[in-house]
Amino acid sequence: MTSDAKIRRGVPLIDGIDKVTGRARYTADLEHRGAFIGRIFRSPVSHGEILRLDVERARSLEGVVAVVTGADCRHSYGVLPVSMNEFPMAHDKVRYRGEPVAAVAAIDAQTAERALRLIEFEVRELPAYFDSASARAPGAVRLHDNKADNLERAVHHVFGDPAAGFAAADLVREATFDCAEVNHAQIEPHAALAEYDPLTDRLTMQSVSQVTFYLHMMLAHCLDMSESQIRVIKPFIGGGFGARVEVLNFEIVTALLARAAQGRVLMELTREENFLTHRARPQTTVRLKLGLQRDGRITACECELVQRGGAYAGYGIVTILYAGALLQGLYDIPAVKYDGYRVYANLPPCGAMRGHGGVNTRHSFEVLLDRMARELGLDPFEVRRRNLLHAPTRTLNDLMVSSYGLGECLDLVERASGWRERRGRLPPGKGLGMACSHYVSGSAKPIHWTGEPHAVVNVKLDWDGSITALTGAADIGQGSSTMVAITVAETLGLPLDRIRVIAADSAITPKDNGAYSSRITFMVGNAAIDAARKLKQVLIEAAARKMGLKPEAVECVGGVFQGLDVPEAAMTFTEVVKEALVDRGTLTVKGTFTCPPEYQGGKHRGGAVGSTMGFSYGAQVVEVSIDEATGQISVDKVWVALDCGYAINPLAVQGQIQGSVWMAMGQALYEETRYLDGLPAHASLLEYRVPTIVESPPIDVQIVESIDPNGPFGAKEASEGALAGFAPALVAAVANAVGVEMDVLPVTPDRLMEALVNLRRQARRRSLSGGKP
Amino acid sequence: MGEVGQPILSKRILRLRLNGRWREDAVAENQLLVDYLRETVGFTGTKTGCDGGECGACTVLLDGEAVPSCITLAIRCDGRSVETIEGLAAGGRLHRLQRAFHEKLGTQCGFCTPGMIMAAEGLLRRRPAPSDDEIRAALGGNLCRCTGYVKIIESVRAAADADA
Repeated sequence: MTSDAKIRRGVPLIDGIDKVTGRARYTADLEHRGAFIGRIFRSPVSHGEILRLDVERARSLEGVVAVVTGADCRHSYGVLPVSMNEFPMAHDKVRYRGEPVAAVAAIDAQTAERALRLIEFEVRELPAYFDSASARAPGAVRLHDNKADNLERAVHHVFGDPAAGFAAADLVREATFDCAEVNHAQIEPHAALAEYDPLTDRLTMQSVSQVTFYLHMMLAHCLDMSESQIRVIKPFIGGGFGARVEVLNFEIVTALLARAAQGRVLMELTREENFLTHRARPQTTVRLKLGLQRDGRITACECELVQRGGAYAGYGIVTILYAGALLQGLYDIPAVKYDGYRVYANLPPCGAMRGHGGVNTRHSFEVLLDRMARELGLDPFEVRRRNLLHAPTRTLNDLMVSSYGLGECLDLVERASGWRERRGRLPPGKGLGMACSHYVSGSAKPIHWTGEPHAVVNVKLDWDGSITALTGAADIGQGSSTMVAITVAETLGLPLDRIRVIAADSAITPKDNGAYSSRITFMVGNAAIDAARKLKQVLIEAAARKMGLKPEAVECVGGVFQGLDVPEAAMTFTEVVKEALVDRGTLTVKGTFTCPPEYQGGKHRGGAVGSTMGFSYGAQVVEVSIDEATGQISVDKVWVALDCGYAINPLAVQGQIQGSVWMAMGQALYEETRYLDGLPAHASLLEYRVPTIVESPPIDVQIVESIDPNGPFGAKEASEGALAGFAPALVAAVANAVGVEMDVLPVTPDRLMEALVNLRRQARRRSLSGGKP
Repeated sequence: MGEVGQPILSKRILRLRLNGRWREDAVAENQLLVDYLRETVGFTGTKTGCDGGECGACTVLLDGEAVPSCITLAIRCDGRSVETIEGLAAGGRLHRLQRAFHEKLGTQCGFCTPGMIMAAEGLLRRRPAPSDDEIRAALGGNLCRCTGYVKIIESVRAAADADA
């Protein structure tokens, strides 16, 4: 547990000064004088057979140093070994408008762009599908030969006895929800700098990756190189949110260009190309059925869910499994049926995005629960309280719940928002809504299962007294390197500024599974503590040896080693380091963390997805004001509480909770991708409406510390758990304010106006017919 | 037009005061200020986050006023003063906005931060004690995807309250 009072209040990021001074170097900022500039030629059609691709005129343009096409990489790549069906550049067929087909490296950007215009490309167009229904319709042309009905994966899970559950219910309701596709829109555009040295056959890759180890592995695979010849370095990263978890086509293309050019290539994608690269949350249709008893107890849940996954598999199978698995783990539900369908369509591939898989499921569940509670005359808070879990427990789908602070979260936001006093007593057009959510603290079973520990951290101590933590974990702005520094400093009893962290350079740092599924605090934090404990033991033993005491009789406080019973025996940190290095020299200790098998999910097919060592839990209340003349919704305030187990850095935890709630506000109110016959009509930050500071509300955060038995100092994740609660709380607040039920996200002014107009029409009809429905 | 359709651009001498120091460079007439700063001068603190005028990550001060450098021609800055994030810290101390953004976690990934701080600096010079609404209006063209802006507003307020 943290003892340092300063850290208890929260500390700034250890790399914060680099960020506020502009010194922090992101990929595009890296020294690249003399590097060639890469550009990508993309498919102008949504679906077609490639008849001719001629790059000779481009290749012969003065200043062009390399041109590569699909023929330069024979291997498909992807996420799951069973679904690696994507090539860095198209082979034979193109499947979405904007798919990479060829790429050019030239002495400057202008020349590279001119070369793209010299590429000759002929395609025989095929029927293209831009929604799940037409892609699945009988007779639709297959995007991938091995996938009938353009169905990437169907999941059918039944837990408990849903029929009996619904029979026991006093109220059964069913509704269908439509959630638009959204994009991460991280502010740093994608970029990569690749350097190939033909004399040594070595490749150095610097890129925006959240998981440098995947990138490393896929580069070796696609370039037919030995992993040992490749070095992957993560510079500063300007946000990820899941966009950069999977290896992205442009990264491999940049490496292929560097090898072809036998030099260095810088690739910077435009914002439009970022939207084409995509890999975000899919458009999702959710048909949900719930059974409730009169007292609010949930008896059964049935969910049919369709995700429009885009043209390639990517994370698709994982996403469709998460969407079902995360129906559970939040409430105590006796029966759950899930049918999930992941569909191919001729659009940019979807992937992982903050709250991976669970967000649209949770949205639908919470909205329907809110409506049914009203129908039964129950308070939304009370309905949640009737269905709480009791940790430790195991859900029907074999997810372990070791700590559970949802009840406390509910109490805190109910009180802070003035729910009881204010709800129903607000002026016209104003409303309050609430919802709950949860998320995993790291996937307990990694996709590339090798038998290695889930995390490894090295801590190095040298003659200069510096302590350097080496981790492969990618800090993408969430503050993971700061978390590592704090856990090491706290364990050693040293001030924070004594610890340096070096992250994500494959030549220096141990392999790590990367920044995804909110795994870093739980897994890497535990490994860092393990390493620091081992180093502490070495230091204590050295001090004890020098002072003639037993190691158990020595403690370290604030960098001073002293005898427990003989306080006059004391050594400074510098003295102890000298003693510790005698005979052995510089020291590196290794800490590890492994999730035990009982946490790794059920034995059913796909049962590993959703499994975790610890779930975070959140509850939030949203207050809205609605202009009934325009349909404009303002979010006046959000009150959110998150059980993150223990806040290792409360300042960063607050920042993560605020950021995740706010990101969900974008999805709830403004953000959606729009394609016109496959052409993105949203591919800029003006068309794709990320909320600005003007419409962003105050977000009041309260932290609940349930002290997870396995978490580092009791901690769980804090970056994703609060996200999925915002949209349903907003929809509930809209219903509370103006009495309309919104089934579609985002709740834009035009959608709300349409609903309001319908509501008024119905009211008029009712009054004309003398009050009869 | 050049051999393969490339326009031949003449270069001109740009003389401007950058972070308080006069300098001269030859720049193409169509060079954007952001590219001049990043590629010619080597000041990479000013970022490009969009395809032109959408995100505010490239915000710098031109004669003390916040402008997006990605839609400003470098040559338009001739004889004028340009200030970037690199010029803010002085005398071995962080500028009050930098200190506030650091300590209050007004920065997470940090990519929007230089532009955000420059836009806030433009505001504080104009309005030393801005209201929250004035802060929102002044930073309305600067997108951040990490913070939800809550701690950004706290940072600007703290900087305004701090001694200059």
